[in-house]
Order: sequence, then structure tokens, then C-alpha cells
Amino acid sequence: MNTINLTIDKKPVSVPAGTTVLEAARSLGIQIPTLCYLGLHDLNIENKPAGCRICVVEVEGRRNLAPACATDCAEGMVVSTHNIRVLNARRTVMELILSDHPFECLTCAKNGTCDLQSMAQELGIREIHYQGEKSTYRKDTSPSIIRDVDKCILCRRCEMMCNDFQTVGALSGVNRGFQAVVAPAFEMNLEYSSCTYCGQCVAVCPTAALTEVDHTGKVLRALADPGKTVIVQTAPAVRAALGEAFGMEPGTLVTGKMVSALRELGFDHVFDTDFAADLTIMEEGTELLGRLTRFLEGDKQVRLPILTSCCPAWVNFFETYFADMKDIPSTARSPQQMFGSIAKTWFAERIGVNREDLVVVSIMPCLAKKYECQREEFSVDGNPDVDYALTTRELANLIKQANLDLKQLPDSDFDQPMGESTGAAVIFGTTGGVIEAAVRTAYEIHTGKSLNRVDFKELRGLENIRSATVDFNGFPLRIGIAHGLGNARKLLEEIREGKSEYHAIEIMACPGGCIGGGGQPLHHGDSSILKARQKAIYTEDELKVIRKSHENPAIQELYASFLGQPLSEKAHHLLHTHYFEKKKRKVSIG
Amino acid sequence: MLNEETVIRNRAEGGKTSATQLRIALRNCGVIDPEDIEDAIGQGAYAALAKVLADGDPEGTIRTIMDSGLRGRGGGGFPTGLKWQLSARPQADQKYVVCNADEGDPGAFMDRSILEGDPHTVLEAMAICGYCIGATKGLIYIRAEYPLAIERLHIAIRQARDYGFLGEDLFGSGFAFDIEMRYGAGAFVCGEETALIHSMEGLRGEPTLKPPFPSESGYLGKPTNVNNVETFASVPPIILKGAAWFASIGTEKSKGTKVFALAGKINKVGLIEVPMGTTLREVIYEIGGGLQHGKAFKAVQTGGPSGGCLTTAHLDTPIDYDNLIAAGSMMGSGGMIVMDEDDCMVSVAKFFLDFTVEESCGKCTPCRIGNKRLYELLEKITRGQGTREDLDHLYNLSLVIKDTSLCGLGQSSPNPVLSTLHNFRDEYLAHVDEHKCPAGVCRELIRYEIVPENCVGCTACARNCPVNAISGERKQIHFIDQAICIKCGACLEKCKFDAVIIN
Repeated sequence: MNTINLTIDKKPVSVPAGTTVLEAARSLGIQIPTLCYLGLHDLNIENKPAGCRICVVEVEGRRNLAPACATDCAEGMVVSTHNIRVLNARRTVMELILSDHPFECLTCAKNGTCDLQSMAQELGIREIHYQGEKSTYRKDTSPSIIRDVDKCILCRRCEMMCNDFQTVGALSGVNRGFQAVVAPAFEMNLEYSSCTYCGQCVAVCPTAALTEVDHTGKVLRALADPGKTVIVQTAPAVRAALGEAFGMEPGTLVTGKMVSALRELGFDHVFDTDFAADLTIMEEGTELLGRLTRFLEGDKQVRLPILTSCCPAWVNFFETYFADMKDIPSTARSPQQMFGSIAKTWFAERIGVNREDLVVVSIMPCLAKKYECQREEFSVDGNPDVDYALTTRELANLIKQANLDLKQLPDSDFDQPMGESTGAAVIFGTTGGVIEAAVRTAYEIHTGKSLNRVDFKELRGLENIRSATVDFNGFPLRIGIAHGLGNARKLLEEIREGKSEYHAIEIMACPGGCIGGGGQPLHHGDSSILKARQKAIYTEDELKVIRKSHENPAIQELYASFLGQPLSEKAHHLLHTHYFEKKKRKVSIG
Repeated sequence: MLNEETVIRNRAEGGKTSATQLRIALRNCGVIDPEDIEDAIGQGAYAALAKVLADGDPEGTIRTIMDSGLRGRGGGGFPTGLKWQLSARPQADQKYVVCNADEGDPGAFMDRSILEGDPHTVLEAMAICGYCIGATKGLIYIRAEYPLAIERLHIAIRQARDYGFLGEDLFGSGFAFDIEMRYGAGAFVCGEETALIHSMEGLRGEPTLKPPFPSESGYLGKPTNVNNVETFASVPPIILKGAAWFASIGTEKSKGTKVFALAGKINKVGLIEVPMGTTLREVIYEIGGGLQHGKAFKAVQTGGPSGGCLTTAHLDTPIDYDNLIAAGSMMGSGGMIVMDEDDCMVSVAKFFLDFTVEESCGKCTPCRIGNKRLYELLEKITRGQGTREDLDHLYNLSLVIKDTSLCGLGQSSPNPVLSTLHNFRDEYLAHVDEHKCPAGVCRELIRYEIVPENCVGCTACARNCPVNAISGERKQIHFIDQAICIKCGACLEKCKFDAVIIN
């Protein structure tokens, strides 16, 4: 590759051709401020519309200033990143953005984590010289996501995630000039668009233009109600990220501290979604083996590959775009919903509490979980199996509100019986984890042999689409893994065209899987944070004594005393679901 | 065929020096029946294409266009031959020739006139370009508000196909080229070539950063050559008459002719085509017949809504790309609006800003919010509420918008502000310091008053006042109550005795 020599702020630098001025400057330790730019290069995610114009720099011989994020280095280029002309332009542009922004910082959901706020601080803006009309737009609230377009700075990161990475196409630029907004087609409400509630738009939004629907108030009210028994479940990815909200290093596991915090907050039982993840493996793994056995016996009708169904955004995606194939995914409910279902039947009975008086709260790295727990099929006589799903961010806020210092809290264990889990369940939190957990169990059941090694490293990583073949007693089980719905779409289209070579596919909607979920502490474009969380998840797995779902004693007891066998009638009733075509949606404009 | 007969001479009144119109791009407009290809062929249509295909030397043809000195007539002024050469360079399985017919400047209609009057010249030039750069497909991006141009293009494309001038194996050369139409919804920004390409692709009409230039990655990611209608219309004559002929017309760096749309307070409005280097004075006073009602010339705005306002000091400037830019304006697509002593330059700047605010796509901050703030500052000044500090803000913001905007729209939108601030600063100061509008245009800064000496008490003003602000008995001197007056000007219009004045 050609090498380009240039000078940035009087410092010579050589970079490979195709390097942007921004990247070259960073390699010299020169930080050019950016706002609309977002790069998660390990995941092939990049947003550089060159729209905000904060990163402009002076290039000698060029008439106007150049956006560093989208300008390639050229031989002999002489760049100034912080001279007076640049500083004046940058501050003026920042003042313009602020002149069209509501000053609600004190009550804003993003207060303290807002990129715009930090940038205003960084640029030392104390006065806004340009004042005038502010653009206003209606608020749009969906089951998971709130759009407050008045706070939008048109960085278009959400659009890039939704269209390019997820290929969902729910958001795009609408209207012109000062009236331009990012909105669903025909400016319909998000609820009626093709939105899957994956929340990746929220995860990358620099301001509070896109936020989760906050349920902490409702949870507090339930906790304060002496007539309610309130129990909580925590998803595996939460423990690998929660610490970040308290200034801990990314990748710090805070499982025990999190349990203490939840207990302090007044939850009557602190349980683990991992328990339900082990249950999921029992059901989904058995379903996989069932289909596989029929396939090996020559059944031509059997639908393979089987697809995982734990990810609610992914379920929404195939219900919208691949409804013709809705018999392919596993019918197993997600761990969140299995937990809720078992909690409000088996567990409620055990502790002698009425279903109506039991409140199930889940702590999730996810926004789609908020929608999932509101799905009609996951309720009995209007009473939902899971009452409220909070995100990792909401939990962090709740802990802070209660004046608890997570760092100082002692470690404690989950309550029993729904707190017992295996290493197989923990790895649900990362891309590749569900299928690895399923393989650990399915292998042993299918072959009748005990696994010597439980680590299937070939299934791990962060590449967008991965594949591996596992030897099932002479039968090569071909496995596909995709994270990000755009990558999932590729595998789905192969299946639709009859070209798929896989027997089982795991799909997670978010980059990195749940560790990169839309409800996690913000990564601000730093993909090393996702890597650290992934590493933490695998560490937790290794630290577990039991690492295969079918060896979880609490699960064994649940089947013995209540469910019978996997895929039993009772299991079908409580732990499985069916899917709907989402094409014909009501369109509402305005 | 093009010959001296098509040169039309306009004699200025008084018969002094004569400014010459020379019709190259408009040569057939009004001369041929645009719906009859045979009429066009009779005037030489497709002879240039035949020549190019017979020569079989695309590189040579590109050299001819380069040597002619033809520059983009859409406003940018990029050398056309160089653009073709850049598009010819990349290897690709498919390339495109795009005709930019998204004419959006208010009051400009040169492209529409060419498409309506001589559609075949555009088709022919696109085929020539296709042959030179190795493209077999052409696309005309035209605004849907041009129904007649669209209809005539459809007829022309059909006829050209019937005659074998479009389609497979043109003139037995083996070269295939065909043209399709794409319709725009009339967004000004879609005249910017990257925005135009995105619009054709079905995406939002927004510009993207160049590079990559369309010549490397354009329509559907393929090398694409985008030229404006008028540019294409100049190509066949260059092929037939030679580069030297074209280069002999015009100035050192701007060759050939340019079509202008004359508008405003001028006696003869409409399209003119003059050699580059003609002075503004010649255009305004000789071809345009001077100002209406013998009023004094104040300014001329060239280059469309984002051009600058030039003054009497610039009247003898020969018009070409570089001189106009040096004077603080631009060629643009050729709009030319003449203003007289009754025009308020602050209001004029506000008027043009209003257009760019409306037409900004909203992608980049300076254009989306900056232009809005510029407009608001101008409005504040025209209401008499501006301060000297606001003038500083106006200036700084204009410079930053030019310096930081993503595309040509934002990079040029402050021109009307900067040029009027520079050339008519005293008018701004009158608004700001004295709260007066010297031209008597800004409503909040003027008073309608009755001059007692002239009032005969005819009651015409009082009877026509829509808000009953005027009192006075018949044959008595009338009086306007400023507290009630809405400054509509009806009294001034009705008074036959010059008794109503603006103060």
C-alpha cells in the first residue's frame, strides 16, 4: 500500500493511503473534536456524513475548511487543526447547534453523558451569540423508545445504525433545511414503522433525542407497595457493564455487588436470568436435537437450520421482514419470558403469593425487552409474566438515586432457587454464546458422551458473520453466527433462497450481542469497551463450577417437580411461543 | 447550420456602440420545430455525433472540448473537457452520462428554453460524451415542473431512436447509447451533482463530500459524467466548427458565450446570449435597454440566489467566471437581476437568504442553522432593531458559513449578505444607527405622511385606506394617524397630487 506523507500542526507524519486526516491526527496524539462521527471499526461500523462540521481543519491551499473525519490524507498536505480560523469556525458552528437546542440539561435524561454537553464544555462555550427560532417537533413515544427530536443535532448516527448496520430502515432524513428531522417514513410514529426496538439508535445518539422509555418510577412504586412481592432477574450482560456507570474499568464484573445493590433497593428476591437461560437451553437444545434426529432419519419436511429466538429485536425483525419463514426459528421463549412464566406459576405457588401480587422486574441490556414483556401472548388475563424491564442504565440511575456506592458494596449471592445457573447461561450475553451453550448440552445428550473441553473457541469472536463445524459423533453440525440484523439478513436470505448450509444459526440484533445492547452504558464509539465486556463474560463462565445447562441442579429439580420433560405439554404451554406476521401495520401520521 | 445568420444584432437606443448577442447554445431555439427531428437535422443536428463516430477518436474529441476552453455552464465553471477526461479514465463495466436539467434559480429558464426549443442538441451531445468516456447509458435529471420540456424530450428521444441516433449501433459504428429520464421534485440542492445523483438513486437529495467525485463513483457507484443542459448544447457546434473557433470567442479564461436571464428593473427582460467578456454595462444598457422609468441603477445581482450584488463600480467589468468571483459574486447559472434606487439592499439580501433557507437540505449545521440565523439577523435589521454588534455577527457568521458548509449551496449562500455589507454598508448603517430605510422599503422604518401644501382634500386617500387611519373633511387637509397606519401604501398609490410621501 502507498504511504502518504503530510504535516499536521507542523508535525510530519506518514500514513497508509486512504487514512483520513482525523485518523492521522490521532496517530500523532492530536485530538480533533468530533460530534457526528462514530467509528466502531472492529464491527465495520462507521458514520461520517461530514454534517456537523465540528471537526473542520485548515488544509493549506484549499479555499474552505475540510472536515477531518471524511477527508483523506494527500501527499504533501499541510494541515492545521487548531489555528485561529479553525477555532473560530468550530466555536461558531457549536454556537449554531446550541442556538437550536432546548436548554433542559438539568432535567435531561442524558445530563452528564451527553456528547453535545461535553463538546460545549470542551470548546469553552460560555455565550451563544446567535439566537433565534428553535425547531420544534412532536414527541413520539413507543413501547421501548422515545423520540424527542427537538434535541436532535442531525448527526445521523441513528440512521446509519438503523439502515446500514441493521438494515431495518425505520429512520431517515425527512423535510428540508431548518425543518429537517430524522423520522420514520411519512413521519409516522416509531411504533407503526418497521422499528425492531433494538435500541442501537439510542446507543449511538449523542444527545437525548433518542432515549429509552424510563420505567424506574413504576418499579419504585411497586417496591414501595407493601402488598406486592417484587422479584428481580438480571440478564448476563448487565453484570459485565454496570460497573462502567460507576467509573469502573470496562470489563469489570460486578455480579455480587449488583446483587447486593438490588437487595438494598428492596427487591424481595434477587434472581438471575441465567437460571432461565439454562432452561432455554434445555428446551431449545431439545428442539434442535428433535429436528436434527428427524433430519437424519430422512424426514424431508423438517425445517433446518433452526434459529435461536432469545433476542426480541431479532424476533421483531423476522416477523417484519421474513414472516414467510416464521416456522424456522425455535419456538422457545427468551430467557426473560421463561423466567417470568416460571416465576408467576411455579415460584408464586412455592411462596404462596397470588400472581397479581407478584411483580417481576427484569434488568436487561436491551430496549426490545421492554416491548417483549408487553406482548399479549406473554400475559395471563392481562397480567404480564414480566411486569417491567429496566435497562442497565436505568438500574445504574436507580442505584445512584438510592445513594448506594456500587464500588463499596459487598459481594453477595443470588437467591435460590431461581438464582442458580451455569457458565453456559452466562455466555448468553455475548455473540456466539447461546449456540455454544446449546452445543455443550446438545452434544452430550446426542452422543451420550461427556465433553472433555467445554470451550468452543471456534464460535467466539466479533466478526460480523462466523461459522464453525462441530463433530456430533461423526455428524458434522454446521453452525452459523451473526450479530447485527444486517448480517442476520444475509443468512436469512441464503435460507430463503435454499442456499444455506447451516443446521443451526444464532442471531443477536446488537453488535457484539447483548454486551453491546441498546440499554447498556454508552460506549461513545469505543469498541474496546465491547471487547472488554465480552472478555468479562467468558471469565465469569470459566469461574463457574457447573458449565453445562443440563447439569444445573435447580433446573433438574424444576423438571422433576413441575415441568416433567423438555418439550412436555406443560413446557410447551409455559416456555414456548408462536410468531406473527408484522407486515400489515396500522399507519398513523401526525 | 450555424452561420453568421444566427448572429443577431441588437442596436441600443440612440444607435451608439452595439453590444452583440451571439447565439450558440440557443442557436436553434425559435428556429426549428422542436417536435420535428427533420427540422433539427436540417439545422445540422446529429452531424457532430456522426463526425465524432466517423473519426473514431474519443481521446481526440475530448481534446477538442478541452482546447475549446468550454467550462461548466451550471455555475461551477469546471473545464468540461477535463471532466470528460476524468470520467473516461476509470475502467468500469458501466458508466453514465447525466444531464443536469434541475434548473432551480428563481427567474432562470435558459435550460428550459433549450430543452423546449432544441432538445436534440442535448441528446446529441450526451451521446458524444458517452462515446468519449465509454458510457452507453444517459440519464436526464429534470424537474417535474417542466412538463413541456419533458414532453418534448420524450418526443425527441423517440424520434432519435427511430432515426438510429440513439439505441444500438449508432451510424453503423457499433457504439450503443440510449437515454432515460429521471424526474426531480424541484429541490434547489439537487442541482448539486452529488445530491442529484442520490436523488436519481431514490435516496434523499443530499450532497455528499467530494472526493469521491462522480467521475470515479457516481450513479450507482459507477463513473458518471454530469453536465448542465447549456454545457451540452455548446458541444455540437464546437465539434462542427472546431475548438479554435469557440476559443476565439470570449476572454482569456472564459471561452464562448453565456446565456443570461435578465430580470428586475430593466426595460427588456428575458434570455440573452452574449460572448464572455461583454461588460455588465453593455448587457444592462444596450441589450437590456437600461432601467425602467429612467430610474438610477443601483445594483445588479448575478449568479442566482447565492450570487453577489455588484454596483456601478463594476459596470465596466467584462463578464467571465473569474472576474465575477473577484468582484464578490459568481457566474452561477446566469441569473441577472437589476435593481434601481428604490431597492433596499438589506431587504434584497434578506430576500435571497429566504430562498436559501428554504432550499437548504439541512444536512450540515452551518447551512441548516447558520442561514436561518443570518436571515433572522437581517430581519432584525430591517425592523430597525439591529445593532452595530449585529453587523459584526452578520459578517462573522457569513464567513464561517462559507468556510464550513458541505456543498456549494452553503458555501455561496452568504454572498448576497457579504456583497451588500461590503458595497452598501451605508444602507445597513442607516437601518441600524438611524433606524431608517433610505430606499423606503422596510415597512417598520417608514412613515406615510401627507404634505399639507399638496393636499387638496379630495378624500381619495381616506376612502381607500383599509384601516381608516386617515382623517380630514372634504377640501380640507388630511392627516394620517401613525398609530393606526399599517403602511400598505394604498394612499400613496391613490393620491393624484403627490401629497402622500414616504418619510
